[in-house]
Amino acid sequence: MDVSVSPVDEPRTIHPGTPRVDRVFHGSVRAVALVVLVIFGAIGLFLGAKSISTFHLYGGRFLTESDWEPSLNRIGISSTLLGTMLVALTALIIAFPLALATALYISEYAPARLKPALVSLVDVMAAVPSIIYAAWGFFLLMPHMIGVSHWLHQYLGFIPLFRVDTDPNAAVLAQARYTGSMFIAGIVVSMMVLPIACAVMRGVFAQAPIGEREAAYALGGTRWGMIRTVVLPFGRGGIIGGTMLGLGRALGETVAVAIILSAAFDFKFRVLENGGSTISKLIAERFGDATTVQLAALLTAGFVLFVLTLIVNTIAAIFISRSRSGAATEA
Amino acid sequence: MSLPPRSDTPSIIDAGPIVLDAPDMEPAKGGAHLDAMNISAWFGSNKVLELVSLSMNPGTVTALIGPSGCGKSTFLRILNRMHEMVPSAKLAGEVRLNGEDIYGPEQRVTETRKRIGMVFQKPNPFPTMSIAENVIAGLKLTGRKERRAERAELVERSLLRAGVWNEVKDRLDEPGGALSGGQQQRLCIARALAVDPDVLLMDEPCSALDPTSTGRIEETISELMSEVTIVIVTHNMQQAARVSQRCAFFLAEAGTPGGIVESGSTEKIFGDPDDLRTKDYVHGRFG
Amino acid sequence: MSISPLTASPPATVGPSEPVLDPQPPRPLSTRTLDDVLSVVGSALGSFAGTWVVYVQLLPLSGVLGFAICWYVAFLIMYASVNALTHPRPIVVSKLMTVVMTSAALLVGLSLATVIVYTAGKGLKALIHLNFFTRDMAGVGPTTALDQGGIAHAIVGSLIMLGIAVAVSLPFGLATAVFMTEVGGWFGKVVRTVVEAMTAVPDLLAGLFVYVTLIVGLGWERTGLAAAIAISVTMIPIVARSAEVALRVVPGGLREAGLALGASHWQTVRRVVLPTARPGLATALILAMARGVGETAPLLIVSGASTFMNANPTTGPMNSLPLFIYSAIRSPEPLTIERGFAAAVVLLAIVFVLFAVTRLLAFFSVKKFLKRHPTQEMATPGGLWTS
Repeated sequence: MDVSVSPVDEPRTIHPGTPRVDRVFHGSVRAVALVVLVIFGAIGLFLGAKSISTFHLYGGRFLTESDWEPSLNRIGISSTLLGTMLVALTALIIAFPLALATALYISEYAPARLKPALVSLVDVMAAVPSIIYAAWGFFLLMPHMIGVSHWLHQYLGFIPLFRVDTDPNAAVLAQARYTGSMFIAGIVVSMMVLPIACAVMRGVFAQAPIGEREAAYALGGTRWGMIRTVVLPFGRGGIIGGTMLGLGRALGETVAVAIILSAAFDFKFRVLENGGSTISKLIAERFGDATTVQLAALLTAGFVLFVLTLIVNTIAAIFISRSRSGAATEA
Repeated sequence: MSLPPRSDTPSIIDAGPIVLDAPDMEPAKGGAHLDAMNISAWFGSNKVLELVSLSMNPGTVTALIGPSGCGKSTFLRILNRMHEMVPSAKLAGEVRLNGEDIYGPEQRVTETRKRIGMVFQKPNPFPTMSIAENVIAGLKLTGRKERRAERAELVERSLLRAGVWNEVKDRLDEPGGALSGGQQQRLCIARALAVDPDVLLMDEPCSALDPTSTGRIEETISELMSEVTIVIVTHNMQQAARVSQRCAFFLAEAGTPGGIVESGSTEKIFGDPDDLRTKDYVHGRFG
Repeated sequence: MSISPLTASPPATVGPSEPVLDPQPPRPLSTRTLDDVLSVVGSALGSFAGTWVVYVQLLPLSGVLGFAICWYVAFLIMYASVNALTHPRPIVVSKLMTVVMTSAALLVGLSLATVIVYTAGKGLKALIHLNFFTRDMAGVGPTTALDQGGIAHAIVGSLIMLGIAVAVSLPFGLATAVFMTEVGGWFGKVVRTVVEAMTAVPDLLAGLFVYVTLIVGLGWERTGLAAAIAISVTMIPIVARSAEVALRVVPGGLREAGLALGASHWQTVRRVVLPTARPGLATALILAMARGVGETAPLLIVSGASTFMNANPTTGPMNSLPLFIYSAIRSPEPLTIERGFAAAVVLLAIVFVLFAVTRLLAFFSVKKFLKRHPTQEMATPGGLWTS
């Protein structure tokens, strides 16, 4: 039997011949992933939907009004939003240099035997529940920070940021004016931000190519010279990304802020002063006695927070994946 | 089937329709006929193989030789339907196992792969399984149940065929990863043999191994030759000369898809090839 | 006959002259000199003394914190100057940076230590009473002495909620991870993006969502089950992401080997991929549990806070450790605050134990791996908080 086959040089359809068990397998995990997607989409959509009704009711005033007085029907999130940013920023300013230095220490300076233990320690620090940092901050840290706030007010009070509406030179210092401030809340939040940023940065530094490191040393560079020319540029994506991840965490922190920050709704930049508000604190404290309308307003505030953290974390992800180190880990 | 020598024709593919002899319909004892007919392959819009045809017969070791990057491994993976695992992979032509196209619409890919086994370049024993468990992993994975006595017998037989039984018979319960590279590769051969395939494809099986292990595996290949059809990809010409009876020389000129320049008996390819390019390659003038 | 060394001839049996070398000990290769050590110690002491004089006697500042800061700055200046006497500038800068990095790490470590020590110290008084672990707070007022009452209800509540949360988030998270790594495709990328985004969303919002849908919308009570669901919503993306990392680390060659033997994808995943990834998956789950047990924010919204033992998650409020701590430390009563800190110690202990388990798991897997093949390296899924 002669079989002549003239070559047909076009791609043919490939029948995968997938066994039935695989069709079931793929279908089921796809379905679960879909359910998970739906749940999380629902959260976003849900919060967003409620925002529409709130904006209908209150209009643009919702974003400009600083007070939250439901009984007077005067609610807005301007001070709350500002407070959220200020607390997060304070936390970042404190956490960023410390996280960077600690990450560099673990990756570049620590003795090799200690490294795994130190990495674990950073992970432990991230795992400590925020309620515990909050308790520590309230009882141990706050009394000591009164002195620092007072000092800053006394000597740097000409800067609007550090002003407090009390007399710094009074004979009997009104200590209560320095407690429960955004500054102190920021310090406590920085304890939670630091390990997250540090872990990301350290992971990135560890991937800096040995070849480049050796090249720097071979040229006669010092350790710091090598770090500055090889490790830091390589880790730039991780530094920024890790910081932004920390920022996202700081924006959403609830418990520490609820415990430490005293509630106040002035639209102010005075971080050393008693009183402030953040979105998560607002929601946590006010949802209980909120009418349907106020609940919708709280959900709107939550939606703003949701969008904010999404944006921040998306930027973080972009930075981490675009960097050389991120590209390598994708392989 | 070889193509006209280069001096006469400007391109590799100017072969015209291929005429094949009628293939044997029953598998000869010890292997099956594997015929690739006008295989072309793409990754996305990038064509990597053009009209490759080759007959691989039982009782023979067919070696696919040629410089790296000309599609030998791609061709091999088409033979056991691993090529299509890449999402952008496309294919034309037929691969017939004892006359039946393995890409036919009613064919089950898992069945095909049981009959056409593969050993990979980097030994990949399953790390969570012992040596014995690794050997019969193919059975466990495909849901075949064997009784305990038969299992032990199968383990021993496969490890014997793979030429590694004496070295591991006292430690069958140790993890599969605790062996040296050469032993791991022979364990993978045993694992592939335990499913009793008709064809064994080997993708540069020795390139990650030292010369001693390479020699042992080449011995194993010679012993297995009479039981399974063997197709081996190698970039080591001397190995091809040692181990194979038939050779196919693959080449991809810059920017063009790869294809077979010449195929024939090993003696001819290495002794007196028709094509100038084959002669240059086997004499080491390019690699 | 005495042989003088000068006239003695060499022994007849010496072969071709082979100098016998004294076996040499390896040379120390450390670059740290005595000078380095002295300059650090000396600067530290010198700056301390100098700061003492200037700070305490001259400037009108006070407080330990101020002193410490001034001392540190003085130390840096002195250290830099001392080194500048003998070393060129790049080396001085490098040494200064070494000191700065080390002290930053020390500061961070110290802060963590103070958190733990302070919490333990303040909670000690309540912890030594056995009733603290065996009794609940029913009938115990805020000013009752510490030998009565306890947090048994909170511990039980936390464990039950955690159990339910794991039972929900493990299958969902693992299946999602398997989908992302094994099936993938464009939809897999979409899922991965969403999961990554969800790990970042504040847990409060998850609690808010559950509150509005289940409690307000469906009229559920604020039961343990509702709280557990809120916790699962925060845990699912964490489990999914770390499980995905653990699965991705499994070498592709193993999957290929399984498929080449004629196995279906499912069988390859079930018998090759999942067992190989088991240590990483276990670690991922345990670390997610450590996060879940400490979740507070969603509980503030969704959970009731009972004072009595309630082991039924479907009816009635159920207290938990974080919630108990939250209300306890806000109280003005010192005894209640102490109870709160003691509960904090228990919570910390649970987190530490979970961490220790992951380290043990990693240790045993590494040992097994090394026994298998001494030169193979095991890739661990990296830090918990990273991708």
